[in-house]
Amino acid sequence: MNEMDNKWIGKNTIRPDGADKVTGRAEYAADTIMPGMIWGKVLRSPHPHATIKSINTKKAEELDGVFSVATSADCVDFPVDTPVILGIQDIRWMARNVLAKEKVLFHGHPIAAVAARTEEIAEKACELIEVEYDIHPWAIEIDDAIKPDAPILHDFIKFDGKPSNIAGTLEHKKGDIEKGFKEADIIIEREFETAAVHQGYLETHACLVSVSPDDRTTIWSSSQGQFMVRAMTSFITGIPQSSIRAIPAEIGGGFGGKTIVYLEPVATILSKKSGRPVKMVMTREEVMRASGPTSGSKSKVKIGAKNNGEITAAQGTFYLQAGAFPGAPIRGAAGCCLAPYDIPNAHTFGYDVVSNRSKVAAYRAPGAPIGAYAVECVLDEVAEALKMCPLEFRLKNAAKEGTKAVHGPTYPVMGYVETLEACLSHPHYKAPLKKLQGRGYASGFWFNAGGESSAQVNITEDGNVVVTTGHPDIGGSRASIANITAELLGIDVNRVSVLIGDTATIGFSNLTGGSRVLFASALVVTESTNQVIDILKDRASKIWNIDKEAIEWENGEARPAGDNAGKFKPLSLVELAEQATPTGGPIGAGHQVNTVGAEGGFATHICDVEVDIELGIARVIRYTAAQDVGKAIHPAYVEGQLQGGVVQGIGWALNEEYIYNKEGKLDNPGFLDYRIPVCSDLPMIDTILVEVPNPQHPQGVRGVGEVPIVPPLSAIANAIYNAIGTRFYSLPMSPPKVLEKISD
Amino acid sequence: MAKIQVKTKINGEETEFLCQPYDTVLDVLRRDLNMTGTKEVCSSGDCGACSITMDGRLVCSCLVLAAESEDKNIETIEGMAKNGKFNVLQKTFLEHAALQCGICTPGMLVAAKSLLEKNANPTETEIRYWLAGNLCRCTGYDKIVKAVQAAAEEIRENA
Repeated sequence: MNEMDNKWIGKNTIRPDGADKVTGRAEYAADTIMPGMIWGKVLRSPHPHATIKSINTKKAEELDGVFSVATSADCVDFPVDTPVILGIQDIRWMARNVLAKEKVLFHGHPIAAVAARTEEIAEKACELIEVEYDIHPWAIEIDDAIKPDAPILHDFIKFDGKPSNIAGTLEHKKGDIEKGFKEADIIIEREFETAAVHQGYLETHACLVSVSPDDRTTIWSSSQGQFMVRAMTSFITGIPQSSIRAIPAEIGGGFGGKTIVYLEPVATILSKKSGRPVKMVMTREEVMRASGPTSGSKSKVKIGAKNNGEITAAQGTFYLQAGAFPGAPIRGAAGCCLAPYDIPNAHTFGYDVVSNRSKVAAYRAPGAPIGAYAVECVLDEVAEALKMCPLEFRLKNAAKEGTKAVHGPTYPVMGYVETLEACLSHPHYKAPLKKLQGRGYASGFWFNAGGESSAQVNITEDGNVVVTTGHPDIGGSRASIANITAELLGIDVNRVSVLIGDTATIGFSNLTGGSRVLFASALVVTESTNQVIDILKDRASKIWNIDKEAIEWENGEARPAGDNAGKFKPLSLVELAEQATPTGGPIGAGHQVNTVGAEGGFATHICDVEVDIELGIARVIRYTAAQDVGKAIHPAYVEGQLQGGVVQGIGWALNEEYIYNKEGKLDNPGFLDYRIPVCSDLPMIDTILVEVPNPQHPQGVRGVGEVPIVPPLSAIANAIYNAIGTRFYSLPMSPPKVLEKISD
Repeated sequence: MAKIQVKTKINGEETEFLCQPYDTVLDVLRRDLNMTGTKEVCSSGDCGACSITMDGRLVCSCLVLAAESEDKNIETIEGMAKNGKFNVLQKTFLEHAALQCGICTPGMLVAAKSLLEKNANPTETEIRYWLAGNLCRCTGYDKIVKAVQAAAEEIRENA
């Protein structure tokens, strides 16, 4: 495709879902109602760690207005010793996270649920459920969970042959690490800590479920994958997938946190037992206490370099909290942390540590910000010791096409170097700083992903287009798909309508995650649209009675080409649609495939902070994010991904943290005390979209959503050091911690 | 407990409802009147997603008891587009890509409209502090601030 011919790719079109969202018409999960609907509420554990001796629901069931009660006894039984893998999740844990079985493992762990005429009655009934506990000591922090006499969460998890809270490990090795450190002129080793942080999606988890007496089930819910909802609900309730129709509501933010279920199987059981549609909506406090944050961490990183700036060896060890069940994102930490660099000798190691916290869920580039934080902070110190510019130092060691990454692959065409060069030539790089202001730099990487996607492209009878895909749109993917379809068909973008199908109306599509959606859906939409164009040419060939091969599709119409050029008046999409029936019937095509060829994303950020040494407040005053985005199909929403990711990273770096009290309970389960960035905290976030197209994709798309949260943690830490000469090795760098360290 | 009968005006329409003494305006809007454009996110006044105006004053509808809305003039997101036409802020939010998931958008628009009614020429800092009570987790606020600036400019041009 000639860039000059691009009408829609690269244009900031109005998003298809925009009008509904600015008028309040958009339907989110909690906005859905049904006749006869009743309300479900969850009883949650008051203890961080206890064995459930008995649950008596009799009094709750007898309360006037109560329709049904659910416990884990109503769920399919998954023995603890047999893995049941679904994607990256294990249904053994998922089932026990949805409704506790043998033990409660964190404060807020669901134990039972009630459906009643009103939420108030359901809450009251929950209080009438009698649970007998055998209370155990608990472990919240990593050190408490891995010490020799730690309380063990799961007896069957063994490490070094003994029961342990270390549920898994992961290792990447390259070259000879000892030899690498011997070659180094300078070696720096540091230890780091980060607090658990929540995705902070504003929409709380919600669903409405209606089960008929023959088990036919309809689920309206907010999730990052309606097929994930269908599968997990099917596993946990035993209702076959073919009987479950999962309808994706508009999703009010997910950032990874809605890639698993919490309420849907519970509401399904309550609806099945009551015969009524059941609606469940979490409170903010429930979201904070019992839905997945991402891991807090402890890590140690050691990097060696020669005086000429060449890195000879790097080593990283990362302990990540998994919460109550195994599954910390150690792959993101240990796999992404060294990915931007060409390092001959490296060794990274990750530990998956369970403790009495809510089970972690994915959060934007899961694990990667934790690994990058430690590595990029040490790199800043190495650059300083070598008296090199931190960006020039990174440039000298940058991974390029052909570099063998520490985590395995050999890189194809990629744009990391371009992000460094873009930063070096940006005015921000040379802008003057005042007293107590500082500048920091950091880079980051995320794998990105492909996977299963399905699309259907249909031509309406009036010659317009409806595109259906199977991925919930969390960042503007519908706008980008409209741009691509309009471009391929050569028609106005407003003639393309893009919808998200439910599990009954579109083929299987893996969930929205891993920055995969536009990469994957563009592939299947392109293939479907090309098939439609082929059909349109075939229809024109029938009307003109010439070979299909003698027809070209251009600018929204079929034109006779070659020897026939100019012989017939071109047929527009509208004209061909009008003649669809006599020429062969409805015009449409679908494609479904396991997409491959997703390539990683790289970013480099520049951050300026100003530190108020009286109050300990570090304030971000200027921020520039450069990223290899492949090809920006809708630049404004690509910028939006970068800006949103950066600001989540700023929150992680400066304020956000899960704070547990002495009773093992979360002390700050709301937005007043769990402080996400607000508008007045921030400057504008400048973006530099570096476009190094992914050669394995028809439009050159790379995932863009996750990389931008990777560099900010260390960019800010490095900027604070540059401002006040103090290095911080623990996040968040909140005012009390900054003050304490300054006064030391 | 006997329900309270309340008569109020919502987006210019006379409205009557029955509520419990502990029901908030947000409860009644969403649950009883099916006006779900106003969003429930924190229920504690920390996020601004349920922003409405009551007699012209910007409030979190989760912090106002429904019984207090007797004889008041309530404006919600549903009343912002008039006669099938977007309000200028709705238009600039779309043009500036100032929304992603959209859950904060109704509250953000109601709050921004309230600002521009008082001050059609706000500085960036004034916009940022006025909207500091409206959380957004998707956009990093950049494009929201720009959309409000653009709307303010249009309002000034048409004044």
